Amino acid sequence: MALDALIAECREWFTDPEFRRLKALRAETPPLRLIGCFPVYTPEEVVLACGMVPVHLYGGGTMVEIDHADSRLQSFVCSISRSTFELGFTRRLDALDGLLFPSICDVSRNLSGLWRRNFPDRLAEYVHFPENFASAHAVPYLRHELQRLEAKLAPIAGVAPGADDYRRAFALVNRQRQAVSELYALRAEAPWKAPLADAYAVVRAGGMMPRGRHLPLIEQALAEWRESPARPQDRVRVVLEGSFCEQPPLELLQTIEEAGCYVVNDDLVLGQRWHAAPLPLEGDPLETLARHILERCVPSAVHHPGPQGRGAELVRKARESKAEGVVFCMAKFCEPALYDFALLKRALEAEGIPFLAFEFEEKMSTFESIRTQLETFVESILLFS
Amino acid sequence: MSDAYRYQGTGRNLQKEMLGEWFQRLSQAPARGEPVAYLFISGNIAELLTNFGFHLVYPEVNALQCGIKKTAGQFILKAEELGYSPDVCGYVKNDIGLLHSGNQSPMGNLPPPSLLVCNYSGCRTYVKWFEALAEFYKAPLFMLDVPYRRDDALEAGDLRYVVGQMQELIALCEKLTGRRFDPDRLREELARTRQAEDYWVRILESAKRVPSPFDSYFEAVFFMAPLYTLRGTPDCLRYYEAAWQEIEERITHGIGPAGEERFRVVIEGPPPWPHFRAFWEMFQRWGVVAVASTYSKVGGLYDQGVRHDPARPLESMAEYCMNCYTNWHLGLRRDLIRRYCHDYRADGLVIHSVKSCRSFSVGQADTREVFSKELGIPTLFIESDLADPRYFSAAQLRNRIDAFFEGLAHRKLTSLPVVEARA
Ligand code: SF4
Ligand code: SF4
Repeated sequence: MALDALIAECREWFTDPEFRRLKALRAETPPLRLIGCFPVYTPEEVVLACGMVPVHLYGGGTMVEIDHADSRLQSFVCSISRSTFELGFTRRLDALDGLLFPSICDVSRNLSGLWRRNFPDRLAEYVHFPENFASAHAVPYLRHELQRLEAKLAPIAGVAPGADDYRRAFALVNRQRQAVSELYALRAEAPWKAPLADAYAVVRAGGMMPRGRHLPLIEQALAEWRESPARPQDRVRVVLEGSFCEQPPLELLQTIEEAGCYVVNDDLVLGQRWHAAPLPLEGDPLETLARHILERCVPSAVHHPGPQGRGAELVRKARESKAEGVVFCMAKFCEPALYDFALLKRALEAEGIPFLAFEFEEKMSTFESIRTQLETFVESILLFS
Repeated sequence: MSDAYRYQGTGRNLQKEMLGEWFQRLSQAPARGEPVAYLFISGNIAELLTNFGFHLVYPEVNALQCGIKKTAGQFILKAEELGYSPDVCGYVKNDIGLLHSGNQSPMGNLPPPSLLVCNYSGCRTYVKWFEALAEFYKAPLFMLDVPYRRDDALEAGDLRYVVGQMQELIALCEKLTGRRFDPDRLREELARTRQAEDYWVRILESAKRVPSPFDSYFEAVFFMAPLYTLRGTPDCLRYYEAAWQEIEERITHGIGPAGEERFRVVIEGPPPWPHFRAFWEMFQRWGVVAVASTYSKVGGLYDQGVRHDPARPLESMAEYCMNCYTNWHLGLRRDLIRRYCHDYRADGLVIHSVKSCRSFSVGQADTREVFSKELGIPTLFIESDLADPRYFSAAQLRNRIDAFFEGLAHRKLTSLPVVEARA
């Protein structure tokens, strides 16, 4: 497949309002069972071990008009919660056997309750991740929580997973995450070779399709991008921060690059890159997973980072990726991102790292004002350096 | 209230007095070199901290007081200047604005924390709030993670996790204060707490009477304060003994909270503190009594059987932490409201949805659908904010409230009361 066609296919996974590719999975013989995962990180490993496909969903993007959701969710909550509900209401997610919500914010938490009542025929499960990472009781607690999840999923799958199923699942996600990190490494080094919106599409689609089918796609894309003859342009290297849950429109990602930025690190679809190291294949799988989630996950606005806070981590990330600035691209009404911004901003100011902040909404369609802000930001950095 | 009654006004006045003394003690703590812990109301572990001599500060209570005393607006703006968005919880912004204005609250000077205990129960914003305080105060932060009631049954694993963390907190407090944990004192305090909780439930349940002697929303916010802020102390118990006498006297003499009772409602959602009085009056003029409310359960669902238990100190504290209203999943919340409507013979449900608090508000529009469309209970849905004075539109609220009670009055004239009609 040509690279263009590959990217188009990847985009189709998450831009087709009818989710025909998901429906096709459901129509295979034997049919694949699909479990939706609300961002940020949902333990997809448990879904995979149960022999089902974890489908990372990030709302309706530009695909749906909010109609029914208005009567259930007020206008002062983020677009992703409203559009996800709308997708459910308009039966576009019927290919899914269930939907999982992780403990990231009160919106996602309460959305799980709304989902349960409005779609009682499907599983809607809420997963409470530990916030007390320092506690010796966090691992046993989380192991228990993962087991609880497994017990809810197993009846849908028709089988309860054994240790080998977990190991196979871990090995599979390790390979996929390895490929994704290689893509990130390439973008950090030579961002002109793999355009942001294209690289993003390839990673994001990998959260929706059977993982084994994604591997050849990302590996091919990676190989071609590595060989790309594209030349670097006079752009500013930035870290993109704040888009870990609701996703900015593809056009906005393009705008960021066109306005003169190379995004060398970001927190887009962060849940798909949650583990900072491969999952060990030894030991009791659920305990391994629990320990790994607690000890090796990436810092984010949706889990308590411990005494060091997140500021130092963002500074480190910016320095490590040789970024000249940080662009906060936050979903409107996203409280975790908005609270963190106030603190992260202080850390950047203390280190003299320039930043720009703006909010987006899934369905925004004009990017001119953001483009102008970005251009001014880029110019000021270029001038300064 | 007439002088002929001995206890009327006790509930309001005594709590005011006790809270005043509490703030006084707080402001003196630094001079005395006494440690101060900050914590949240929902799922708090007050008795465990006072065991080590900590004075307790509840930033939510400060935010609430600033709201009532009409100073919240300036603090919220101050926080917005610091980079906090107009769209995040006003309580947090009030507190951070206050902190950056020298911590001079309308109740007195607030001492800085020696320890921050984030008892994360029911509200995710708690975590973000105390992360910020940890940074601004450079104080140690203990995260007491209380899992959400996501299934109908209480998970044993969740309780074990909470108890385990409490044991770790005890060790930390011993280290910080140099004092040994005193289990006897904890049991003693919990015994008092339990008695106070019994009285509180009696007060709440007195509203099942028709007419009701007590308003479970507009009055409850005062009557619940000692249980939220002074738990375990002899004062707290003394308060509830006295408050119960007031209610008993009301029952004996047929005194109600709002003159003649015309409508009985259940209220869901927190009050708009910056306009509390005006809001109350909008209901008073219709002879409305809130016979049950969910806001009075944010600090514990005592009327659902939750009790501290000196025989099982940490276990019962963990159960308490998990059973605060906003830590319940929406299905449990809906069932509770339905039971309230039925058991307290309510004519309708009022949902006051506040932008600041997503923990409450996300899902309330769906609750309206359930109650008005599926259960046929007249439901009024109104919006403003609990902290930010900018979101209160008096004329609009009054119109909505008037229209609702006009409709209810008409309905009462033409048909049987709702609950009986359904029975
Ligand atoms: S966008 Fe933010 S507020 Fe909305 S569900 Fe995601 S984390 Fe929560
Ligand atoms: S979101 Fe609600 S419960 Fe949480 S701090 Fe704000 S007002 Fe309190």
